[in-house]
Amino acid sequence: MSQGITRESSGKGQGSGPKITGAQAVLESLKREGVDVVFGLPGGVLLPLYDAIYQSDLRHILVRHEQGAAHMADGYARATGKVGVCIATSGPGATNLVTGIANAYMDSVPMVAITGQVNTWLIGKDAFQEADITGITLPITKHNYLLRSAKDITRVFREAFYIARTGRPGPVLIDLPRDVTVDEVEFTWPELDLPGYHPSFKAHEMQIKKAAKALMEAERPVIYVGGGVRYASAHKELYDLATKINAPVTTTLMGIGCFPEDHPLSLGMLGMHGTKYANYAIQESDLILAIGARFDDRVTGKISSFAPRAKMVHIDVDPAEVGKNVRVDIPVVGDAKNALQGLLKEVMPKASGAWNEKIEAWKKDHPLGYIPDLNLIKPQYVIEKLCQLAPDAIITTEVGQNQMWAAQFFVHKDPQKFISSGGLGTMGYGFPAAIGAKMGRPECDVIDIAGDGSFLMNSQELATAVVNDIPVKVAVLNNGCLGMVRQWQELFFEKRYSATILGRTSPDFVKLAEAYGAVGLRATKPSEVEGVIQTALSTDRPVVMDFIVNPAEKVSPMVPAGATLSEILELQWCEEADISHLAKIYADARKEILGQEGI
Amino acid sequence: MKHTIAVIVENKSGVLTRIAGLFSRRSFNIESLSVGATDNPDYARMTITVEGDRDVLEQVIKQLSKLINVIRVSALEPAESVERELALIKVSADRESRSEIMQIVKIFRAKIIDVSARSMIIEVTGDEEKVDAFVQLLRQFGIKELARTGKVSMTRGARTIKA
Repeated sequence: MSQGITRESSGKGQGSGPKITGAQAVLESLKREGVDVVFGLPGGVLLPLYDAIYQSDLRHILVRHEQGAAHMADGYARATGKVGVCIATSGPGATNLVTGIANAYMDSVPMVAITGQVNTWLIGKDAFQEADITGITLPITKHNYLLRSAKDITRVFREAFYIARTGRPGPVLIDLPRDVTVDEVEFTWPELDLPGYHPSFKAHEMQIKKAAKALMEAERPVIYVGGGVRYASAHKELYDLATKINAPVTTTLMGIGCFPEDHPLSLGMLGMHGTKYANYAIQESDLILAIGARFDDRVTGKISSFAPRAKMVHIDVDPAEVGKNVRVDIPVVGDAKNALQGLLKEVMPKASGAWNEKIEAWKKDHPLGYIPDLNLIKPQYVIEKLCQLAPDAIITTEVGQNQMWAAQFFVHKDPQKFISSGGLGTMGYGFPAAIGAKMGRPECDVIDIAGDGSFLMNSQELATAVVNDIPVKVAVLNNGCLGMVRQWQELFFEKRYSATILGRTSPDFVKLAEAYGAVGLRATKPSEVEGVIQTALSTDRPVVMDFIVNPAEKVSPMVPAGATLSEILELQWCEEADISHLAKIYADARKEILGQEGI
Repeated sequence: MKHTIAVIVENKSGVLTRIAGLFSRRSFNIESLSVGATDNPDYARMTITVEGDRDVLEQVIKQLSKLINVIRVSALEPAESVERELALIKVSADRESRSEIMQIVKIFRAKIIDVSARSMIIEVTGDEEKVDAFVQLLRQFGIKELARTGKVSMTRGARTIKA
């Protein structure tokens, strides 16, 4: 991006200064927004843009499927707090981003997705590789743009980054027709002018006072923390508040790490696969302080009986979340950090009391756990070992049992170090997200905790990791089935395992890794787990660890769908009949594929 | 329960789609929607009637406010606002019925804007109830075609809803 770029902010005026192409204007805009890496895959209409990338110093990570690019941008954003950027061509390239964009939207991830589009004069004519991507992504973006003129590029890019990262963050898509990237334009950097966008920030003082008073009067308070605390970087303020008034803290999946889980006030995660004590505490509480959380159905269980005796205080930066799913007594609209700072000033220290003792007793009586095994690897054991050997690693997850075990058995302490697809529940998310996270935080170990089902959904990105030398680690908890669905079939569909047994059809993950030039390792016995993890961590290359785990293991405890949180069940890890049944199916399959003797 | 909302939006292509898309995605029921320019050509004004309780109304307002192209959203209290709707009605009219129809038109202060041997087009303006009542009365003659604009509404007195 060199000569001829005027630096002054000269508004919308188009003088007769030196001109650059639209593509160069895009790159200059990215530079001004502080973008140091983009994830993408080129295509016909993107040729001018990619030609400009070729001549620039912007780092571009070539992916092997556009969905990977979107998840990488997402993982990068969650690990760094910066806006992640992905690029895809028109038509199929753009539609391949859709899952990744929806994923970012559901979890409020700051992202800018750039898509190529056919020439403006062809739009609407069903041209080759044309798709109405702004129409398609309307309900899954915070905002989107179809650029029709090169002179709008810089304004739109500036707005897009601002919208993506402020207020409640979210993805913004910019559709870029080919001719717009070719046309010449004078570079200007216009001031933001968004008359309809006023993200709330400062919480109302009166509401803060009311919330503080309610907190002081409460005898059984619970602080319920979601992803809003993470995006506002309000975890220190949260810690100060909780410890000042000795209130227990439970987090959603998105809020994991916002409060250190080894702290006595931590209740861990709540909801469907939350801890018993978190769910009991919610149901018994007389005050819920919800911060940056949205009362999702996986969190509340049966909504009409959620926290029946509690006064509801809800802090959220998005006014539309307040009162959306539950009735709120004290709404506080504002940034979590700002609101928590306000609350901290208003509350008096409170000693721990009977409520804390009750919670201690619940914790003692109903700990998270599993039955250890000397012969079969327990998936929970793998997570515990990962936590022991890489306590400071960034953990990404796929979706399903692997995700819940990663949430339950890793001791999380840092909000930017647990990266998981919460709202959309996207299988195939964790591995590309790990690559994105590693790009953003190269100094950290990054481990994707995966299942054999989800890993295959984006395993082609092994090529991306190898070629670009991004040494992420994947821990496949290989149970030979789509475990979470299988678990539901076992519990609610009389063990009819419809389309959930994969054993016979999965590849050899060690060979798969090696085929891509990555390192493949396998553990089949509990005694091998530690060695495999150590080898993986000491290898400066991408590694896939294949842990052959007990196929019958279930995620426990569990609140059945539609039940009240207090109806949480402890699931016996499995009956002998189940394990032998599943083990047989699985062993036959493995023998066929690997020539090995079962599990 | 019906609520009337005035929405000031940026006068750009695609904005109507964003609003309509929001309503369908969130399962809000639109009773009527009308849109037109405002005094300022950069902005358009929509009047939307939605069906639902107070909670639904609150969500509609909050969700609309989140759209980047939406400048202002305001619920109009029926007692403090005036509302009008315009309808064009093509009704069968021959020599026998014509004078009777004209009498009804007069009572309702409607206007006949087109006449032919077998039909006429009547323009009527009023609140929803008046238009409903008028249409109901004309039904006996045979309504051949009906086009209603949907409601527009404005607060009484000096208070304004502007960008």
